[in-house]
Amino acid sequence: MDTAHSHRRLTQLLSRGALTRFIIVRLAATGLLLLVLSFVVFALLHLTPGDPARNLVGVRNVTPELLQSIRDKYHLNDPFMNQYLHWLGNVLHGDFGESIRNNTTVTTLLADRVMLTLQLSSLSFALTVIVAVPLGIAAAWRTGSALDRSMSAASIVGVGAPTYAVGLLLLYVFGLWFNIFPVYGSGDGGFDRWWHLVLPAITLASGLAAMVFKLTRTAVVAELNQDYVAFAQSRGLTRRQIRSLVLRNAMIPVATSLGLVFAFLFGGTILVEVTFALQGIGSLLAGSVTFKDLPVVQAITLLTATVIALTALAVDILYYAVDPRVRKRGMQ
Amino acid sequence: MKLRTNRKPVVPIVTGIPLAIIAIFVIASRWIVPNATRQDIMTGVTSPGTAGHLFGTDQLGRDIGQLAIAGASSAVVGPIVIALGSMMIGILLGTFAGYMGGWLDLLLSKYADLLLALPTTLVALVVTGLVDGGYWVTVLVLIMLFSPTDIRMVRGSVIAQTSRPYIESAKVLGLGRLRIMFRHILPNVLPVAFSTMLLNVAFALVSMSALSFLGLGVGPGVPDWGRQLSDSRNLLDRNWGSLVLPAMLIIITAAAINLLGDWLQERYEESSVPR
Repeated sequence: MDTAHSHRRLTQLLSRGALTRFIIVRLAATGLLLLVLSFVVFALLHLTPGDPARNLVGVRNVTPELLQSIRDKYHLNDPFMNQYLHWLGNVLHGDFGESIRNNTTVTTLLADRVMLTLQLSSLSFALTVIVAVPLGIAAAWRTGSALDRSMSAASIVGVGAPTYAVGLLLLYVFGLWFNIFPVYGSGDGGFDRWWHLVLPAITLASGLAAMVFKLTRTAVVAELNQDYVAFAQSRGLTRRQIRSLVLRNAMIPVATSLGLVFAFLFGGTILVEVTFALQGIGSLLAGSVTFKDLPVVQAITLLTATVIALTALAVDILYYAVDPRVRKRGMQ
Repeated sequence: MKLRTNRKPVVPIVTGIPLAIIAIFVIASRWIVPNATRQDIMTGVTSPGTAGHLFGTDQLGRDIGQLAIAGASSAVVGPIVIALGSMMIGILLGTFAGYMGGWLDLLLSKYADLLLALPTTLVALVVTGLVDGGYWVTVLVLIMLFSPTDIRMVRGSVIAQTSRPYIESAKVLGLGRLRIMFRHILPNVLPVAFSTMLLNVAFALVSMSALSFLGLGVGPGVPDWGRQLSDSRNLLDRNWGSLVLPAMLIIITAAAINLLGDWLQERYEESSVPR
């Protein structure tokens, strides 16, 4: 009894040390990934065809003096590594330079737009989870049933369906034909804003829901095939008891992949925002790319990468902390 | 699962018909609709069902139906090249990484990690947009973006094959590494590679038309479904055909390819599970 107790204490302590080590390693890896990405993002300025200084001026009238002042301001005559370090230093202070298209700093431009993208992402994320997870569980519970087969086929179609095409069709049917929802724009704040986001959110959620449905179904089916389920059945546990066991285990992979889905959602709003003419980060990126507004493009790319990398990190740590099986594997 | 074994092959028939029609459009559009891009400013926008124009016309008086038939090739050819190209990279690098391991394996997995850290749409948009890429530059960029998943897939199946007895005996027989990799392992990887390639064609089709929807990829005036959709936003109140036809064509083509690829993959998995 006593030895068993101390043994358990020891395991707990060990696993806590392993968790710290795991977090440190993952933090370092994430930092390295972001560093490499920041380098690539900075290099975009030089990879874009044409003179970097001229690219930073945009369509304004170019005088040699102006070009020279731009070169001085962005240190374009310095060695490449110095330029990069200078840029990185500014970025770490939240300074991405000035937008070429709008005469403001990139930071203010982003601050104006980020709210809408967050609202759109959260709304479609909520829709996705509410619809797809229960359906996935139901389909897995009765594999081969009419519900399972039709939903699985629908999810294959949904995963591949392009958001802009679905969005425009929805816009036509519900916006113009039935005239229920507003067609374009972001609304005037408050409830009106959310009302304007319904159709875009449904559009974005349709593809995601298909993905999350598949994930949930696979996770629950895999769990149902485990030996402990057969054992629980033969021991005479009720269906309800077995269901709660299975769901608790199956929800771990589902929850972790949901984290990644949310992160990718943040970058996936580009097409929906353009389709519905919403003033968010995604449509800003699309516009800035066509206009070659490099500081804005660099800022959005790096921010999206950071959001995704940090979410992946959080998901990994949570996974590690929640699932004893993963923890055990990590210790060996 | 048992239900599936005795069913008729519904999926290939249902998906084959639309895909065959699209294939005919791709191959023969220059004979079916030789004047697809002919403009007729006098006509302007007309709604579906106007004499001679089943799906109406756009603001330049071009026939929506003819444009859509002509647009099939730019919608399909690029994605097929993307899927083929990225699978060739996947097979070459994935086989070496999976069979040899070592630094190549490590390097390739880090490269894949880096590319998978960002959404495909975002990277494709930024790169093709900044380099002013035309159609084939977009194809090249997407090959680069698609290859990491293919490398991983091939690598995984090669590793799964390597532990099988027939490879052990091939080693005992003293066959060369290259011979084992490409004569013995590769044929067993190809079926999965083929179904993955189909799924990639669908994904590439959606990505490419997304880019042309955003005004990148195909040049102006070239018939293309994504561009048609983008144009249709200004015509919604006058000609619904300009939206519905290209939208349905993209959705149906992508869905048919996806369903077929999924069906193939499932069939292959069922037949290859060791019992």
